[in-house]
Amino acid sequence: MSLIRIVLRYAVLVIVASVFAGPFLWLLSTALKSGAENIFQYPPALIPREATLDNFKRVFEALPFLSYFLNSALVAALAVSCNLMLCSLAAYPLARMSFAGRQGIFLVLISTLMLPFQLLMIPLYTIAVTLGLNNSFLGLVIPHACTAFGIFLMRQAFMAIPHQLEESAHLEGVTRLQIWWHVLLPLVKPTLATLAVFTFVGVWGDFLWPLIIIDDQTRYTLPLGVNKLAGAFGKDWRLVAAGAVLSIVPMMLVFLFTQRFFISGALRGAVKG
Amino acid sequence: MRAHREWHETLHRCVPYAFLTPAMLLIGTFVLLPMISALLISFSEYNMIEAPRFVGLEQYRRLVSDPFFWNALLNSLLYLLVVVPILTFAPIFLAVLVNRRLPGIAVFRAIYYLPVVTSLVVTGLMWKWVYEENGVLNFILQKLGILDDPIAWLAVADTSLFAVMAVTVWSGMGFYMVIYLAGLQSIPKSLYESADLAGVSRVRQTVFITIPMLQPYIALVAVISSIAAMKVFEEVFIMTNGGPLSQTETLVFFVYQNAFVEFDMGYASAAGIALFVVTLALSMINLMLSRGSPNTGITMYR
Repeated sequence: MSLIRIVLRYAVLVIVASVFAGPFLWLLSTALKSGAENIFQYPPALIPREATLDNFKRVFEALPFLSYFLNSALVAALAVSCNLMLCSLAAYPLARMSFAGRQGIFLVLISTLMLPFQLLMIPLYTIAVTLGLNNSFLGLVIPHACTAFGIFLMRQAFMAIPHQLEESAHLEGVTRLQIWWHVLLPLVKPTLATLAVFTFVGVWGDFLWPLIIIDDQTRYTLPLGVNKLAGAFGKDWRLVAAGAVLSIVPMMLVFLFTQRFFISGALRGAVKG
Repeated sequence: MRAHREWHETLHRCVPYAFLTPAMLLIGTFVLLPMISALLISFSEYNMIEAPRFVGLEQYRRLVSDPFFWNALLNSLLYLLVVVPILTFAPIFLAVLVNRRLPGIAVFRAIYYLPVVTSLVVTGLMWKWVYEENGVLNFILQKLGILDDPIAWLAVADTSLFAVMAVTVWSGMGFYMVIYLAGLQSIPKSLYESADLAGVSRVRQTVFITIPMLQPYIALVAVISSIAAMKVFEEVFIMTNGGPLSQTETLVFFVYQNAFVEFDMGYASAAGIALFVVTLALSMINLMLSRGSPNTGITMYR
């Protein structure tokens, strides 16, 4: 590529990047501006005159954001571990054993992918209430605890492993459960990681279901907390922006370190299906 | 001895089911049961306090004669019509843009993907502020001379729905870009090499090699993005709450309002079934148009 081409390409890259990063920068800038600075000034200033962390401090004074964070983390940890465990358990026979009803079960699972959650949420809410799961962490985990998507993804991964591998193990009198844990799971680690990051993103940003199932403010997750902050202090943009920044920082850190799994995840889902 | 072996065999035959049981129990209770029960609730009058009362097709009759339902359905279809073509084609150019080994390209990819991992509540808030009458968007547009007077994008009936759509596009773009990146990497390099030798321009290479070779991925993205477009909720809830004058009420917003604000569960379920029918029809159309293309389960996550 000639030099002009390269410069042009970077120019386009930067312009597009500013469209995607712009709102984030604006959010951060608002969160860092002190009360003395007019956030509606004309022309708008991206760089705060005097950057301050005061707004972040005020967030913790206004609402228990630390406990929202812990709730989010707990729910995400529960959901991710449940989903990895149950999906990889269920995917094993679907990928590598022959038994009556295999096709049928798989078809039912795949067809549930078509069901919009927004249709299921009404009866799901009544079921959760019946089981006493409203206002509980378990209630928050329900829609993410075992997903057909996860089973599908794990099945694809298990199918790609050569069959001889477990046959030899099987002859030595090792149980299926041991094969699953000791032989197969280590081989599908990248797919497990992919499923983990996708589940994590889904749970961390989940808003509609928590909005329905949680009233008790001590059980709020971060998105509910941010929404509450925006509702109660809507006019105080600096405060709301600081809360919003706090709520997405953990996600961004996870993303920073697990980027390759997001990319490979899309590859896996799209190519091997 | 014989009995022992038979016992062993039976046990052996149970193994696959044992593996499946925990997952099937959960999916049975929290997906299949709700599915049937959603259908049953849609045939009843139910407010969560009194026991459901069977009313036959009454809720559907109400639905058909409710202008707010038609408004929500039309808004969702308009959403589909505008958002899906953009989300299907624009990310191709993003993918082509970042599909080069250049220093720092990984940073750009990450930036373009960032909105995908950001919770929609935060996305909605950020954009609400960008759209303000004295916000950044108006400032930039005025500076560029595109706009004379500032517009309150979310408060004006003519622009509100499109403003919300733009946010959906913004937050989904990176996800589809990555799918196309996967697609681009599956195209043999030799095709471009011979095109280069023949002196074919880059633009023509994109039109005549890249896009045709990406066709299965384009079909895939069309499916995923149209299902996603039918499910839009958070953007609306956070930015406009359905307003102004129900201009931004989508089907899912309508279901939510009726179920969890009005507690009219039967009616909301009927609307939910309508949502399901539209989604199913879309999937069928897409499936027919894209036979033999790679299929995916990733649908769930957008």
